[in-house]
Formats: sequence, structure tokens, C-alpha cells
Amino acid sequence: MKFSESWLRSFVDPVCAGAEFTHLLTMAGLEVETEETVAPSFGQVVVARIVELEKHPDADRLNVCRVDTGSGELAQIVCGAPNAAIGVKVPCALPGAVLPGGFTIKVAKVRGVTSSGMLCSAKELGLAADADGLLVLAADAPVGEDIRRHLDLDDRLLTLKLTPNRADCLSLEGVAREVSALTDTPARYIDVKTIEPTIQAQRAIVLDAPQACPRYCGRVIAGVNARAETPVWMRRRLERSGLRPISALVDITNYVMLELGQPLHAFDNTRLNGAIHARMARPAEKIMLLNEQTFEMQGDVLLIADDHGPVAMAGIMGGEESGITLDTSEVFLESAFFTPTAIAGRARRYGFGSDASHRFERGVDFGGTRRALERATGLVLHICGGQAGPLCEALATLPARPTVRLRPARAAKILGIPLTNERIGDFFSRLGLPFSRDGGDFLISPPTYRFDLEIEEDLIEEIARLHGYQNIPSSVPQATLAMLPQTETARPLQRVRQILADSGYQEVINFAFVEDNWESDFAGNRQPIRLVNPIASQLSVMRSTLIGGLVANVATNLKRRQTRLRVFETGRCFRRDPKGSPVEGFHQPWKLAALAYGSALPEQWAIQTRNVDFFDVKSDLERLLAPLSATFEKAAHPALHPGRSATVSINSQVIGFIGELHPKWLQKYELPLPAVLFELDLSAVLNAFVPQYREISRQPSVTRDLAIMVSQELELQTLVSGLTSNKPAIVREISLFDVYAGRGVEAGKKSLAFRIVMQDTQKTLLEADVNSAMQTLVTYLQETFAAQLRV
Amino acid sequence: MHNFEQIVQAASAAFAATDNPDALEQVKAAFLGKNGQITDLLKGLTKLPPEERKTAGAAINRAKEAVEAELNARREAIRQMALEARLAEEALDVTLPGRGQPRGGLHPVTRTLERIEGLFRSIGFDVADGPEIEADFQNFTALNTPADHPARSMHDTFYLQDETGGVAKNVLLRTHTSPIQVRYMQAHVAKYASLATMPEIRVIAPGRVYRVDSDATHSPMFHQVEGLWIGEAVSFADLKGVIGDFLRRFFESDDLQVRFRPSFFPFTEPSAEIDMAFMQGALKGRWLEIAGCGMVHPNVLRHVNIDPEKYIGFAFGMGPDRLTMLRYGVNDLRLFFDGDLRFLRQFV
Repeated sequence: MKFSESWLRSFVDPVCAGAEFTHLLTMAGLEVETEETVAPSFGQVVVARIVELEKHPDADRLNVCRVDTGSGELAQIVCGAPNAAIGVKVPCALPGAVLPGGFTIKVAKVRGVTSSGMLCSAKELGLAADADGLLVLAADAPVGEDIRRHLDLDDRLLTLKLTPNRADCLSLEGVAREVSALTDTPARYIDVKTIEPTIQAQRAIVLDAPQACPRYCGRVIAGVNARAETPVWMRRRLERSGLRPISALVDITNYVMLELGQPLHAFDNTRLNGAIHARMARPAEKIMLLNEQTFEMQGDVLLIADDHGPVAMAGIMGGEESGITLDTSEVFLESAFFTPTAIAGRARRYGFGSDASHRFERGVDFGGTRRALERATGLVLHICGGQAGPLCEALATLPARPTVRLRPARAAKILGIPLTNERIGDFFSRLGLPFSRDGGDFLISPPTYRFDLEIEEDLIEEIARLHGYQNIPSSVPQATLAMLPQTETARPLQRVRQILADSGYQEVINFAFVEDNWESDFAGNRQPIRLVNPIASQLSVMRSTLIGGLVANVATNLKRRQTRLRVFETGRCFRRDPKGSPVEGFHQPWKLAALAYGSALPEQWAIQTRNVDFFDVKSDLERLLAPLSATFEKAAHPALHPGRSATVSINSQVIGFIGELHPKWLQKYELPLPAVLFELDLSAVLNAFVPQYREISRQPSVTRDLAIMVSQELELQTLVSGLTSNKPAIVREISLFDVYAGRGVEAGKKSLAFRIVMQDTQKTLLEADVNSAMQTLVTYLQETFAAQLRV
Repeated sequence: MHNFEQIVQAASAAFAATDNPDALEQVKAAFLGKNGQITDLLKGLTKLPPEERKTAGAAINRAKEAVEAELNARREAIRQMALEARLAEEALDVTLPGRGQPRGGLHPVTRTLERIEGLFRSIGFDVADGPEIEADFQNFTALNTPADHPARSMHDTFYLQDETGGVAKNVLLRTHTSPIQVRYMQAHVAKYASLATMPEIRVIAPGRVYRVDSDATHSPMFHQVEGLWIGEAVSFADLKGVIGDFLRRFFESDDLQVRFRPSFFPFTEPSAEIDMAFMQGALKGRWLEIAGCGMVHPNVLRHVNIDPEKYIGFAFGMGPDRLTMLRYGVNDLRLFFDGDLRFLRQFV
């Protein structure tokens, strides 16, 4: 809602002004979003009339003007404007004037001729970006008057960012009402005269959908001059409210809408046929609107129709065919009340909106329908002439305005402030809310323009606003204390993030909507969840994996010459799942993914630089999971190198995967070096358990090494898990400490070296016990894996 | 007697002339060895008359002890010299950098979220989470924003396609974290259904939210923290107290002003916008929008079967991205979601 402050002050003119005034509005909930001045500062510019004009003796394009500036003497001014002419009134900057940009006017010679001032264009006064000549003023402009006063240039333009509940402030009168209440200053509203009909022309009005349109007023005005000039004062107010003047009839309807808040529509009466109906759209009904777009109406759209068909989308936009033109001589003016629910969302559904729909969907004063029509009629007759027919009204049941009870004690409890009944009564009176008393309570009858006053809390807000939110104290809240639970069977997410950060990974937060390609490349997902209205095509599907984002992070950072990258993210991923919960149809697990690229360690002294590999990242993963221990099983994954990828399981439950990014994706996403990554279900990572103490054995332990040669193909885990389940009880630990293939080892084989720790809980081990246990292990390895003992 | 002192002096001089343990042991032999001077003197005692033996013996023993003391002192000195030599040899350039894996870091918004959670936990707030693909009911309807409510246009909502490419019904990307409060209240009410008076609800709900909006100050995905306190006497004045306290703790400064001004949200009444201004620094005196808040609307409480006559309370929703920018002086929201390590590493 944009308007001119001087227009507002024609209704209510409180003492407070400037920043104090805008602050007052903001603190009352009418947030002043922008305040602009109409003109930059300048002075000593007056209305002047060109009395004489002759060519400059030494310059073709210049004229020498003699100008009446109201000083009693004519001033001689040289001027090059093409529209300088005898008799026109223009702004004249007098000697000494400082124009926008700091340009000072002095008496000077222009090509030998003295010039005592400057005739100005709109551009020179900072009123327009461009101008092609002098700013020609109205013929009746008083010569000598200060131009700032003449054009009301000290006006300010205020734009209110109104919340949807304050539709009553979508008009000058509404804002004035509010300012009057806030400042306790009386307001002067428009005294609207009832227009007596001078012709009998009228049109029948039928309310076919009385719930959607319970009140419709219309009037025929014949013999209008649609080409009449819109008065300067009206043009100015429209322009300063951000509306472009179009033609007198359109300007009048817009003006009354701004003034009183009632959207009006003017039909060309000669293009209407029969009765006016306010009815719901019929199947497949189409209408071409004033914006020249044709829409097919859905059944819940309210239409204004005549006997032939739709002529307007009610409360949203008129039809092109029945619209007024400069040739219109007979208008049918509409002023109606359409209920918010009948209008809300409809325009948006068709992809547009209008000043009318904006107001109707928030609520237009249904007590002001006739008044607005009378006001508009008066302006039409005044500006365009013509003869008015009778005001016709069709009326059904208007919205009920049930009284609302306010209990002062409840208001005091909710706001946390003491309140006297006098004060509450004063607030309601200032707001123009009629009330009666019932015992200690107030019974308020909400006015027809306040759609936001339905329940007690709405009135409590009104009390708070007038009391001033800033005057409500800040209190230290009191509460009964109960400790929050804190489980040890889950780790906080913070802890998990911190472990990864401590392992050298930098957390990132990527968008949850990603490129279509990422889903197919990194998750093999060809049916991703698509957005209906993505912000860009590369942000069009919901991610089911975090990998795409991490790969992109590496690619963009490489472009910024960062060569060693370790990144991780935790976030929700999304896929369709009929069993999904809590939102049916969607599984939305939290995932955690990390990716390492470039050298294993930053290049540093006394450490040989090498690229990060599978086992570096596996170690980070194991550190992250500890004390949970994971098993790894070779498995294919669409994102990963087939020979270098594995599932990660805990207690035989797959919780994610780890591997090297597939070389084809390295190439496609322009990563010159291998990238190693893992992705896990976060819930599994957060699992923890309460440690249980076990007795520490007092018996000494014995350590032996065991070196064997086995087939290159054999996976360590197969060997270790077989060994573990077949080991003698005294064997406590089996750990690998060397893997070797190459010189000295038969081709196709590898050498593995284990450290075996043995201990008995009850007694000191004898040499014989140890030897026997080792033999058991060796025999098992020989028989099961054809292992050869290395000596 | 004179002779003995000479011997001790000679021994001392001889010991001092050696600078390694082996040489010292050889020199020692010349005095204390089998044929050493002291040993010879002791052997010579037998040749003395018995009446002199006692005094001479005592004198020799004193000389022996003196020589031994000299020897031990020299041994210790040599050990010390050796240690010092070794230490000198082992000295490092301690200014060389440490080796190994440097630490990574958390995202600045995570940092902020952790601080927010910590501050609210300290006054007994639980932390809750909820789905990001949300039901229309929880995102809007339960929050007193029925279909076609004009307030829905305040949130430009992302919608999802169904499997056939149509618009999926009744789901959307949540436009705020407020639906979490709905789910939390539903669970709380169910949990304490058997009690005459339910315990207070104190919870914050941080998370990612989505709106169709993208420019220098808006990101289509951003963060919110929802807060909710419902009890038998939780007032607007308490809301002001909690928020003011939070902002002063978060920014670790009493040098800031907080103002509440009327606003509108369908799910609170009265509603307020919270602005904050620093009294120092680059942003001094500028009002910055920090959060929206208000007293929970009775319809919202009724939707989750809480009696609004018995329980009242407040809710707020704040923007942790904005708080992060103000806290660390970040001037472009887009940096948070760009993954630029040169930026992110500053928060390690």
C-alpha cells in the first residue's frame, strides 16, 4: 500500500511528523517499508510565465525570453528548450537557486546576452529521469508561487508492508482511521452525498450465488465523456500511489478504491445484455480479461455475467469485451461485496493478481458498498458529465458480525501486564470499536471493515497495539524444573559431526534439491521426486543421496584452486515409499556422507605425499563408528568403482557404503584424481551402548606372530572370521600387521602376517598350551584356505 | 703429611685432564689401582712403627677419601658433559610445523544452531526434529492457515510431482519449522493424556525450510528455529523476556536493543515481529528483523487437543542464517550454501 502522506493528512493531521510518524506506524503494525521524497531538495524555483520570446541574436537554437516571475519586473532569461513559447507557465529557478546536484543559478551571459535565471525541465528539478523540454505547468498556476508548494513537492511517499489481516488499511480512509486511533487525533472523512437519479436507466441484478456475493450495487450513468481530462490533483494522487493514470473513468474507479478501499468496476453499459448475474462459473466457460488473456473458468470461480455470458471474474478483473473505452458514453458502475473465501487464491491459481483481488481476498468493508458507488458517481458526473440512473442494489445475507467478549483478566494474563477497565474502554473507543459491558467484560461489535476481529485474542492484540508492544515489560519467566532425559544409547549428532571435523573433514550444507543427473549417476535413481515449481532446472529433484552435492563441492573448489578437499554433510534424503512415515508416501532418512579428494595429508615436510585411498577413508569411517565395529563386503554401487566399493554393515545390517568414485564420474564431473567417499544412514551412526565392565585378567598374556601365504583372491575378512570362529579359547586377539605380494612371494599369492595374543583367565599359559593353540590355527588355515606357513 | 696433599692435588689435576669415562678409569688406576699411589702408601703402613701407624693410616685414609671424592665429582662432571653434548645434538628447530592431518570444521550455521540449542537447553527446552517433505495439514491447516488463506501467499511454497507427473496432493516442502511444533504438541498431549495437568511444553525445533525465492538476501533453502513454550501462565511479557535474554546471550552483549512490533501470523495472536539493533559496530542503530513470534493462537491449541482456556503460551520462529551473518560479519547469505572451502575454513 503506497500513498502520499499529504493525501493522508487531508484526512487526519497529527502533530507528529517525519521519522517519528513513520516509527509510530511501524510500531503499530503498519510497517513502513519505504519512505521516499517526491522531489530532491532545491529552492528558489517559482511559477513563471513567458511573456515575450525572441531568437537569440548569435545562436540558432536559443531563445531570449522575458519572463514574469511575480517579482513585478520581467526577467530576461536565455533558454534552449524547444517548447518555450509565449504564454506558457513553467518553473523558473531564480538567481541564487541551488538545483539538485548542487548546481547554483547565477546571473550570467549566454553568448553575449544576460540571463537572470533558468527555465526548468522536470529532469532539472529531479522530478523525472528524462525530459524533452520545459515542465509546462497548468494554465491557472499562480505566477510567483514557490514550485514546491505549487506541485506539493514536500510530500512524502510511504509504502506500508501490510499484513494480510489488515485489509482495512488498504485505503487512505482506513489508514487515517488507524492514525486517528493511535494519535488520538480526530479524523475528517469524505462527506459522500447521495446522488439523486436524473434518468431512469437501470439494470436488473440477480444474486445467483448469494454466499459468494451477498451485496451488489450498480448504476447506469449515461452521456459521459470518456475522453474528459483527469484533474491534475487526482492524477497526482494516483501517481504518488503508484498507479498510472489511464483515462478519467478508470482513474476515478482507482481513485475511489484507494480512497475508500472499495474496488469498483466500470462496464460499457451498451455492451451488456440483460440482467447482471453474480454466479459461479459453468463448466468450460471462458472469458478474455482486460489483461488480454483468456482463461477457462473452474467451477469455484465467481463470475459477473449478463444474459449472454461472463463479463468479469468477480472481484478479480473485468472482461475485455464489456470494458470501457475512450468511446464509451454509457457506463454501468459496479460496487459489490464478494466474500473473501469466494475470491481467495483464484487469481493466484491463474497466475496473476489485481488490486481488486488483493483487497477482496483479505476483506472489503461490506458496510461501505453504497457509499463508494455514490462517491464514484459524484466524481464521474463532476469530471465526465452525464446523467446518473438510480442506484440499484441486490442484497442477500451479509456476514454476521457476532459480538466478541473480552475478559480484562484474560487480557492481563496473556499480555502479562495490569490493565484497568478505563484504559481498555479508552482503547476501544479510539479504535472506533462499539462495545457494551457485561459485568466486568466488554462485548465488542466488530465493524464491517475489521475482518480480523473474531475472537478474544484479536481484541487482546488491539489492546496490546494501543498500549504499545514496547511498553510491555520483559519478565523473567518462571517454570517448574524437571531435568530433560539424556540417553547414553544414542550419540548426539553434534558429537558425530565433531568426530568427522576432527578427522579433517569440513562440513558443508548443500541444497536438498539437485540436478536430475546426480540422482541417476550417484544413486541409479531414474524416478526421483520432482518439484512442480523448481527455482531452476538444475535444482529440480529431491536428493536421495548426498553424494552429488559433495562431488560438486569438490569440482567448484578445484576451480578455485583448492586442491585437497575433505567435505562432509549430514542431511535428510528423500525417496518415495508407500510405507513412509510420518508423511505418507515418503521416506526421509537423515544421512551422513563424507568425501576425500587429493593428497592423503597436506603436503608437508618429511612425509611423502600420496593421494588419499580407500583405506585412509575406511579408517576415518571406523573412527567415526567406534565403538561400534562395522563389516565390509565388496558390493557394486552406481556411484562407485566396481573393484573398490563395499557395503558397510553393523550387526549384519547394511547401513551404507564406501568406495572410490567410479572413473567415469571422475571424468564427467572433471575430477582429475580419485575421490573416496562413504554414505551412511545417520540413525545407525548415532547408535551407542552403555559400556559394561568386564574383569581384567591378572594372568600374563603371550604374543606370537604367524605368517602365511594364501591366494591373492582371498579376502581378509573371510579368513579372519573363519579363524575367529575356530580359534581356541585362549586366543584373545588376531590382528593383521603386514600384507605383502611381489618379490619372494609366488605369483597369485600374498603373504599375510598376524599377531596372535593368547591369555588364560585362570592360569599362566604353558609353552605347550601356546604351541598347541598356534598349531590349531595353522591347521585350520592350511585345511580351509590352503595356506602355506612362512618361516 | 705434605706428601698426601700433593697426591690429592695431583689426582685432582689428573682427573680434570680427562674428558671421557674410559680415560678417567685409567687415571684412577694410577692412584687407587693395585699399584696406585694411595694403594702403595697403604701397603707402606706395615713398614711404619706401630705408634705411627694409627695416625699415618688415618691420614692416608683421608687422602684416599679425598681422591675418591675428586673422582666421583669428575665422573659426574663427565656424565653431565656427555648429556649436555647429546642434548645439544638432539636439539630441533621447534618452529618447523607439526606433521599430520589438520582438523576440519563445522559449518558456521551448524555452529550457530549448536549455540542456540545449548542456550535453550539451559532453560529446559527440548530439541525436536520433523520431516522436510511435510503434510499440507501440519504446515498450514493445523497452524490456522486453511486452504486459500491469503497468508499462504506469504510463503511461496514448493510443491512435488506425483509418480505420474501431476501435482502430489497434500504434501509440500515445509515452508517453516512450525509444523514440528504441531507434531511435538500432538505427541506431548498423547503422552500425558492421563494427567489432570500436563507438564509444560518447552521445545525448540531447528531445521531446513524451503521457499520459492532466490536473490542476494533469500535462498530457496534456508534454516529456521521454531520455539514453543506452553504452560498455565506463560505471557507475552515472558516471551519478551526469553527472546531478549537469548539475543544478549547469543551475541554475548548487553549492548543491543530489541523491539517487538505488531505483525501477523495465522498461528499466533497477538503476533509480533522482533527487530534487533546493535549499539556498536558497523550495523550500529540499524533495526534488523530477527524473528516472528506471538502468543499461540487458540485454534492451533484446539487442533492438538489442548484447552486454550487452561493453557497459554508463546511461539517464535527465528532465522539462524541471519543470526550467523550478524554474529560473524558475513554479508552474503549465498556463501552458506556455496561450499566454498576458503569461506568455510574460517569457522574451524
